[in-house]
Amino acid sequence: MIPNLLEPAGWLPLFFLVAMGIAMVAYVVLDGYDLGVGILLNQATDEEKDIMISSIGPFWDANETWLVLGVGVLLIAFPMAHGIILTELYLPVGIMLAGLILRGVSFDFRAKAHLSQKAVWNFLFFFGSFLAAASQGVMVGREVIGFDSGGLGWLFAFIVALCLPAGYALLGAGWLIMKTSGGLQRKAVAWARKCLWLTALGVGIISIATPFFSAEIAAKWFTFPNIFFLLPFPVLSLACFVLIDLNLVKMQRDKPAPVWLPFALSVAIFVLAFLGIAYSMFPYIVVGKMTIWEAASATDSLWMIFWGAIVVLPTIIGYTIYSYKIFWGKTEPLSYY
Amino acid sequence: MLDALILSRIQFAANITFHILFPTISIALAWALLYFKIQFNKTGQIEWSEAYQFWVKIFALTFALGVVSGITMSFQFGTNWPGYMQTVGNIAGPLLGYEVLSAFFLEATFLGIMLFGAKRVSQRAHTVATFLVAFGTSLSAFWIIVLDSWMQTPQGFEMINGQAHATNWLEIVFNPSMPYRLFHMMTASFLTVTFLIAGISAYRYLRGINLAGSRALIKLSMTVAVVLAPLQIVLGDMHGLNTLEYQPAKVAAMEGIWQTTRGADAVLFAIPDEAAKANKYEVAVPKLASLYLTHSWDGEVQGLDAFPDTHPPVKPVFFAFRIMVGIGMLMLLTAFVGFYLVRKKHELPRWLLKTLSVMSFSGWVGVVAGWYVTEVGRQPFLVTGVLKTADAVTKLPTNMILGTLVMYLALYLGLILSYIWVVFYLARQTGPAKAADDARPNLVNRPIGA
Repeated sequence: MIPNLLEPAGWLPLFFLVAMGIAMVAYVVLDGYDLGVGILLNQATDEEKDIMISSIGPFWDANETWLVLGVGVLLIAFPMAHGIILTELYLPVGIMLAGLILRGVSFDFRAKAHLSQKAVWNFLFFFGSFLAAASQGVMVGREVIGFDSGGLGWLFAFIVALCLPAGYALLGAGWLIMKTSGGLQRKAVAWARKCLWLTALGVGIISIATPFFSAEIAAKWFTFPNIFFLLPFPVLSLACFVLIDLNLVKMQRDKPAPVWLPFALSVAIFVLAFLGIAYSMFPYIVVGKMTIWEAASATDSLWMIFWGAIVVLPTIIGYTIYSYKIFWGKTEPLSYY
Repeated sequence: MLDALILSRIQFAANITFHILFPTISIALAWALLYFKIQFNKTGQIEWSEAYQFWVKIFALTFALGVVSGITMSFQFGTNWPGYMQTVGNIAGPLLGYEVLSAFFLEATFLGIMLFGAKRVSQRAHTVATFLVAFGTSLSAFWIIVLDSWMQTPQGFEMINGQAHATNWLEIVFNPSMPYRLFHMMTASFLTVTFLIAGISAYRYLRGINLAGSRALIKLSMTVAVVLAPLQIVLGDMHGLNTLEYQPAKVAAMEGIWQTTRGADAVLFAIPDEAAKANKYEVAVPKLASLYLTHSWDGEVQGLDAFPDTHPPVKPVFFAFRIMVGIGMLMLLTAFVGFYLVRKKHELPRWLLKTLSVMSFSGWVGVVAGWYVTEVGRQPFLVTGVLKTADAVTKLPTNMILGTLVMYLALYLGLILSYIWVVFYLARQTGPAKAADDARPNLVNRPIGA
């Protein structure tokens, strides 16, 4: 099933799988926190809403671009799978796109339209963010179980659809704890605690359900000595959840606690969950149906984009870091000049 | 009647039509903003700073709409046209990949600094960020036009087991129609923005807002338009001749020529009848089409009968072509009259200002009509001679496609109306004079490059 990895036809698809993984994780973490801020928007006062939006203003465009890169790599490197996956996910993709469009434009319209309309655009910003997150949840749920068409498969997808927005809201709350102060920061601590347990529920359900739906995946996790090497995944995730909660409780009691910790550990949870899913699925790109080598583009075409990717990806990461450094520190009101 | 093919085509057309409206503005507006900024840094005149501050808001809004509608495009290749990537993915993939890697990230990342970073970075870094956004936007356009042109006039590949494999990337990138389409589209973007700036400035002038600044922008736009409008007609003609060489069926549909003839007439107006294979109510100038297509009064022009099963639907191409040319002529006339009046008259006549403000979004009509000519004109192929549109379409149930189509159409209609409404709403604001105060020290004190 796995070809010779010393040949370009063997390792190039693997390289693009890793590149796609990096893009997906970057997307989930980066757009995750700004979608999360959108999901939490309705819980705040009007003044707080402005601060919340300001905290993500300089970043959201670039954050969403990682989604284009992720689906772009799928399209470029694995064209055979791109068609199958996106046809299977037709409806959630359509709804996610509508959500992303709504929130993207609401971000700009809310600041530019007449004041009387601001509330409408605020609501659409929240609604679009939730819609996009929930449909991404459905997509994850469908993909990890190989598009199982039974009722249980759909039930699973809908549970993930509720937990992923909670996970994004956790990231968003963690972001706000870092970037804001005073009353809003206190609120963010409370939001983070609520979201934490829904997120834990989601991670738990995915961990149990994936092996349940596929004997092959079950065999991968629960055989000796694999289980021994894989034990750190669930243990570390659990540790992250507990540490976040302890940290949040400290903040609620006004004891000194590092403001970056909840966000950083939430990111760690997402990365661990992603690695777990990636391990379960490998080497399939469509579980049980198509491996990455079966789905890969012609080796010549992969070479063509490989050279571009190894030059450009580090550059993108470099100027993304530069941009975050420029807007480092607590959020200030946005102005164009 | 409404099968997956026609619904997917309508859906894709709706998405791409909606999408192209916004890059058309942001490509050229980014360069206009860079120009305003450099002018202000050089001269210190407050008009340039006000122009920057007003138009950067419209730019931010336009850019956001472009980004979100562009994301939709990258998914639709897979959701509605799985056969496309499966057949030509080896070529389309890398081209799209370079677009995302080299351009999309550049513009999106530096946009944050350009819009919100003026106080946080040096003046030079801010100018560089503005330049990078403009450059990234144009680079993005380059890659997409390379891909579209390759689909129109493919070369540099071979077919192995029904899949296209690249043999020469230089031939793929510099395919025969690419340079013409690129320059025609870039000029279209600049003309659209020229008329948008002129129109909105005229609207503001009529309402007595920022008279000096509005007048300066009308003058600038008319000076640019008087150069670009004729240039665009020349570029369009060259593009047409290139199409005649590589896609003669498209030209036959544009011209409404049914039979291959020597000394073909130039049809000014008609209603093409596909069933009868003839034009009704035709108004034509004898032999003129042969003259401008072959540069000889008796040159032979291939008619639609030369391509019995592989010519595009005639009506949409024929009418879209006339709409595009009509807008082009209107712009040419307005540019010359406007240029003359802005130079000669101290007080701008109200009818000119009204005409300009009505024409604010006229570029959109021309650009969309032009893309309809070239894209519908490529039918029945998705990739000329390689892949038919009907063979690439998804096999999804029609009601699913219909459902998302209705959702997208409602969303797009609402957003276009909101966009136009907000642009005019912003134009009615009396200007950012107060907010500009805290910007001035930052903008004035450092000359460009310091």
